[in-house]
Amino acid sequence: MTAPVWSALGPDGLVFALLIQPFAEFGFMQRALAGCLALSVSAAPVGVFLMLRRMSLTGDAMAHAILPGAAIGYLIAGLSLTAMTIGGIVAGLAVAISSGLVARNTVLREDTSLAAFYLLSLALGVLIVSVRGNSVDLLHVLFGTVLALDDAALTLLVGIAGVTLVSLTLLYRPLVLECLDPGFLRSVSHWSPVAHFGFMALLVINLVAGFHALGTLMAVGLMVLPAATARLWVRRLGALLLLAVLLALAACLMGLLISYHADWPTGPTIVLSLGAAYLLSMLLAPRGLVRHQHPGSRHRVA
Amino acid sequence: MHHPASIAPPLAHTTRSTRRGWLGLAGLSLALLAPSLQAQTTPPAAGPAVRAVASFSILGNLVRQVGGDRVAVDVLVGPGSDAHVFQPTPTQARQVSQAQVVFSNGLGFEGWMARLLKTAGYKGQQVVVTQGIQPLAAGEHAHGHGHSHGHSHGAPDPHAWQSVTHAMAYVGNIAKGLCTADAAGCDAYKANAAAYTEQLRALDAEIQAAWATIPAAQRKVITSHDAFGYYAKAYGVRFLAPQGLSTESEASARGVAQLVRQIRQENIQALFVESLSDPRLIEQIGRETGVRPSGELYADSLSDASGPAPTYLAMMRANTAALTQAVKGP
Repeated sequence: MTAPVWSALGPDGLVFALLIQPFAEFGFMQRALAGCLALSVSAAPVGVFLMLRRMSLTGDAMAHAILPGAAIGYLIAGLSLTAMTIGGIVAGLAVAISSGLVARNTVLREDTSLAAFYLLSLALGVLIVSVRGNSVDLLHVLFGTVLALDDAALTLLVGIAGVTLVSLTLLYRPLVLECLDPGFLRSVSHWSPVAHFGFMALLVINLVAGFHALGTLMAVGLMVLPAATARLWVRRLGALLLLAVLLALAACLMGLLISYHADWPTGPTIVLSLGAAYLLSMLLAPRGLVRHQHPGSRHRVA
Repeated sequence: MHHPASIAPPLAHTTRSTRRGWLGLAGLSLALLAPSLQAQTTPPAAGPAVRAVASFSILGNLVRQVGGDRVAVDVLVGPGSDAHVFQPTPTQARQVSQAQVVFSNGLGFEGWMARLLKTAGYKGQQVVVTQGIQPLAAGEHAHGHGHSHGHSHGAPDPHAWQSVTHAMAYVGNIAKGLCTADAAGCDAYKANAAAYTEQLRALDAEIQAAWATIPAAQRKVITSHDAFGYYAKAYGVRFLAPQGLSTESEASARGVAQLVRQIRQENIQALFVESLSDPRLIEQIGRETGVRPSGELYADSLSDASGPAPTYLAMMRANTAALTQAVKGP
């Protein structure tokens, strides 16, 4: 596409060429958009709860914990969506459950036990991959691309989004309580472990979904960045969830279009769109750098 | 050895089948031994008369065909390896220093060769097998960007072996080189070269015949290899480089869109892009365009012995079969 073509089309033609035409002409762009939408709707709310529970870095650790599982799935069954999904979920759940149990029953805190178990999982994965296969091939595979989503992958993404939304609705009250005061929830209700492990399971399946669409590390970006950006603008939990989802959707659309017009790799472009929104909000938002000195505006959540 | 009579009846059956197995094994090892026994008896002197080094696997195969049992051939860039990014090992430097004749393709294909010969202190005979061949210019078709393959535009295209006619010239040059290195074996080399040239002539006719049934307008292939300029000229096939995507960089939406447009506009049926980064991306492009991604082409090296292209003849046949089948479409 070149500028003279657009100018000849007039303003309507320009809008069409910029925004609609890529999706109208190419099926892979439609699939990419659909996959991104499903991922935004489920990953962004999970990211909000991660942030409120001060577990944003946990998302990154869990992404590393999933990688070896997916790699083992690939080594066993080749480039199979099912095998890599199951492998990723098993590895992620194993790390989440064992670190949660250790944190709740020993002197070690959650962050330490999680770090210990995800490092074990990662080391095991690297070992198995080095012994069993050629890592060059695998590297291409482990970084998923949103441009290559097929019907099965799309179905998986939509399914995971559905499960996430239903589970979040069911777990909403215990999750909010646990965010506010985990000790209180633990003392008055037996819902605390359900909320915690249920939420970790949601985190794992969303990371697996993001792994197929964007690659593991980029998937964390779609969780953490919309939540952090939304937090700079609004306070109430409902508004946080809504704004995070909208931000994720907008960034996906922007990222895909920029990747199309500017010839940039898609996954990083989507995450960088989110990053631009975060940095801008930092400057402009009421709860950004300007209002940071106001003592009243901090630590009031939901 | 067991004595059959001493074996109890229930065991007899198993023993007989193992004995048959042993016999089979013995037969097999005899069959394996036979060629090497032959190799030991045919040359007048014990062992090979000439030690030769060939720069890459395809050339190595041609030198073996001409040299026969008189020549021991070491190949520097083995099957499945990339000659563009070759790093010689100390063992290979020693092989070079012990050789009487070194065969290289020339035309800039082995940029590392001059330095290797100097390092190894090689003073012997050097044969550049493309001597006398009129080279094509590299990059006659448009390359996708991000493409870096060692040789720049305007330089000669070194992949001359992809035309069987040029391979015949290679064989002539190899025979001449071996005659200079080993005058006593010259008659044998000439006879081998003549016999192999006959096979090449038959191969050339075979490839021409395979393409003859396909209309010229349909002979269009997208491939990420840039090695088929000579094949294209010899057999009237158009090779287009995939636009937008490359091996090195991560895919952008624009890159995928460009390739899809190119396939649609050119009405391409044959897509050989196995070296691009993500196999799922190729499948997606296949879904988008209705083109099934085709198999593998052998450009710069042979496959190993178990693969479909362990020799030059097999390689050209495998490539031609893959290309013609893909071009015909589903």
